[in-house]
Amino acid sequence: MTRNILQKVFAILASIFLTFSLAHAEPAKVGFIYVGPVGDFGWTYEHDQGRLAVEEAFGDKVETSYVENVPEGADAERVLTQMALAGNDLIFTTSFGYMDPTINVAAKFPDVKFEHATGYKRADNVSIYSARFYEGRAVIGHIAGKMTKTNQIGYIASFPIPEVIRGINSAYIHAKKVNPDVEFKIVWVFTWFDPAKEADAAQTLIEQGVDVIMQHTDSTAPMTIAEEKGIFAFGQASDMMEFGPTARLSSIIDNWAPYYVARTQALLDGTWESVDVWDGISTGMVEIGEFSDRIPEDVRAEAQAMADAISDGSYHPFTGPINRQDGSAWLGDGEIADDGTLLGMNFYVEGLSGSIPN
Amino acid sequence: MLVFERRREPSRFWTAITPVLAVLVTLIAGGIMFAILGKNPVEAIKTIFWAPIFDPNLSAYARPQILVKAAPLVLIAIGLSIGFKANIWNIGAEGQYIMGAILGGGVALAFYPLEAWWIFPLMIVSGIVGGIAWAMIPALLKIKFRTNEILVSLMLVYVSEHFLASVSLGLLRNPDGIGFPGSRNLQHYTSASNGELFVGTGIHLGVIVALVSIFALYGLIRFHRLGFQVRVTGQSVRISRFAGVNPNLMVIFCLAASGGLAGLAGIFELSGPAGQLSIDFNVGYGFTAIIVAFLGRLNPFGIALAALLMSLTYIGGDLAQFMLNLPSAAIQALQGMLLFFLLSMDFLSQYRITIKHWARG
Repeated sequence: MTRNILQKVFAILASIFLTFSLAHAEPAKVGFIYVGPVGDFGWTYEHDQGRLAVEEAFGDKVETSYVENVPEGADAERVLTQMALAGNDLIFTTSFGYMDPTINVAAKFPDVKFEHATGYKRADNVSIYSARFYEGRAVIGHIAGKMTKTNQIGYIASFPIPEVIRGINSAYIHAKKVNPDVEFKIVWVFTWFDPAKEADAAQTLIEQGVDVIMQHTDSTAPMTIAEEKGIFAFGQASDMMEFGPTARLSSIIDNWAPYYVARTQALLDGTWESVDVWDGISTGMVEIGEFSDRIPEDVRAEAQAMADAISDGSYHPFTGPINRQDGSAWLGDGEIADDGTLLGMNFYVEGLSGSIPN
Repeated sequence: MLVFERRREPSRFWTAITPVLAVLVTLIAGGIMFAILGKNPVEAIKTIFWAPIFDPNLSAYARPQILVKAAPLVLIAIGLSIGFKANIWNIGAEGQYIMGAILGGGVALAFYPLEAWWIFPLMIVSGIVGGIAWAMIPALLKIKFRTNEILVSLMLVYVSEHFLASVSLGLLRNPDGIGFPGSRNLQHYTSASNGELFVGTGIHLGVIVALVSIFALYGLIRFHRLGFQVRVTGQSVRISRFAGVNPNLMVIFCLAASGGLAGLAGIFELSGPAGQLSIDFNVGYGFTAIIVAFLGRLNPFGIALAALLMSLTYIGGDLAQFMLNLPSAAIQALQGMLLFFLLSMDFLSQYRITIKHWARG
């Protein structure tokens, strides 16, 4: 009799325990490490938008977290180790300088998956992903070439790495194509995010007669200055519409959300594998922001046509003939640049003045 | 009404008790800030100050990391405190840290891929030399032209940052790096690697040297003639002359000591935790160490405690970010509060507060 009751009690307890543990099935943990503040309204902001999209898409099944303002190097390695120890299953490391720390930590935690943005070192549990920003540069280069009155276009560049050089070349080629008199003035600020330095660079460029500014840095300061001085600029990484409602012509938006959602889905399905992804306009990883009304109708149509052609693969922004800055031939007539050369690009194309600092 | 009377001598009791009080007040003010941000203040404070040391999952890794992060702060702050005692103000330790790393790293990379036992010691010595050489610029300019060492050493930080960017992109760039900036990773170069001494802790030679430097400074200040001369110079350069101190040599000694230790910290960090020279190699240890030196009241053991506390807030701050979604700015604000309360409480050791009644009449 008592045995029976005990058995029943056990059965009830067991079923309660089972339901309890099922209801509280551990959500998958996805971590992000950012080089800037989430409020930069540029690079880091867009990665965080991607994180929020993951939260939105998976609800209770996924728990996300992030650490911002992490310097590249020893601190990144420590933060990544702590995130792995805290039980994150998938960690996105969103800056080039996190490459070696990511590889080091990934070796210590083979069960944790890592995704490193803009680098080139892979492992079984480390994917790499980046976006073909140069496709967007081609479109805004075209617009800039059409819109400049002084034929002087300013370019605020961060570091002389292949990604930045590729962007300058792509923008210049397409500005020059529609405006043979165009000249690029390039200022290297040696930072990704420093509103004061970026603002100074914008001022200097404007004093030199520039009337369109492009930037490859993360803050909204150049856009704000452009608005004040009544010249044109383009949003970088995010749309930046609010910071220059009249100055902003268009923008290159990094849209990481679809990729982050897809990778998290793969994690949940157990199909995650190390991949090497370099996507552009076609998958939506690079988006061209809405065209301003200040751009003439026909130019808007041309820019849209170019974006569409890049998207469907009928046009590649680096299609020959293109010469190097020293006049030597790089691409023959109709020849298309291969990804290897683009990934390691360390030269200017013909027509750009000045030299790449080193 | 309250009346503040200046004490003849700073109160020993209050000097000893104020750091503890400052930490307590910071916990309260920080807790209020976290509450305003919509976080549970107790949980936030616990995550920052408690979890790195006691959390069962994280502490095994975090505890030694506190020492690793504190090591460069201790090394640099120990060096700076010597000069600060003598009223010689080296504000440019960040630059000397960078130059130590560049020279030491450059020497090591020059021998790559040769494996030999002497590369590591040579690299360390080069790091010290790099730091000293950079500190000699403000020292010699001060002696020769009476320039202000605060300005010169500070400005040289920005020069060294450009130098760092230049070598990361040019001279010392990894030839196998497909055009990306940054040197080879010294962690993968056995002869130049300052690897961990105890498996899984991350503790490297720099942590041991930092520990030694604490006692070395104590011995110097307490027992060596130089320590006496430093203190006298700090009180008055004129009096120090009577005591047989050559003020010019004192300038050289103080800047060499702080520059050399900063350079040493730089090369240990480069060859150990950081691994590679890159544009963002320096993360502000040279500036934080100034705060650490004052937080530790220029006392070697105080400096050690201050560096550990700063280090704890960094590591606990990381945890609070990803465990509680606190913004990093809130962590920086907490660190700022700590310094603010500590410095403002110095008032208590300098002044006596009494209550006086207005006499009628």
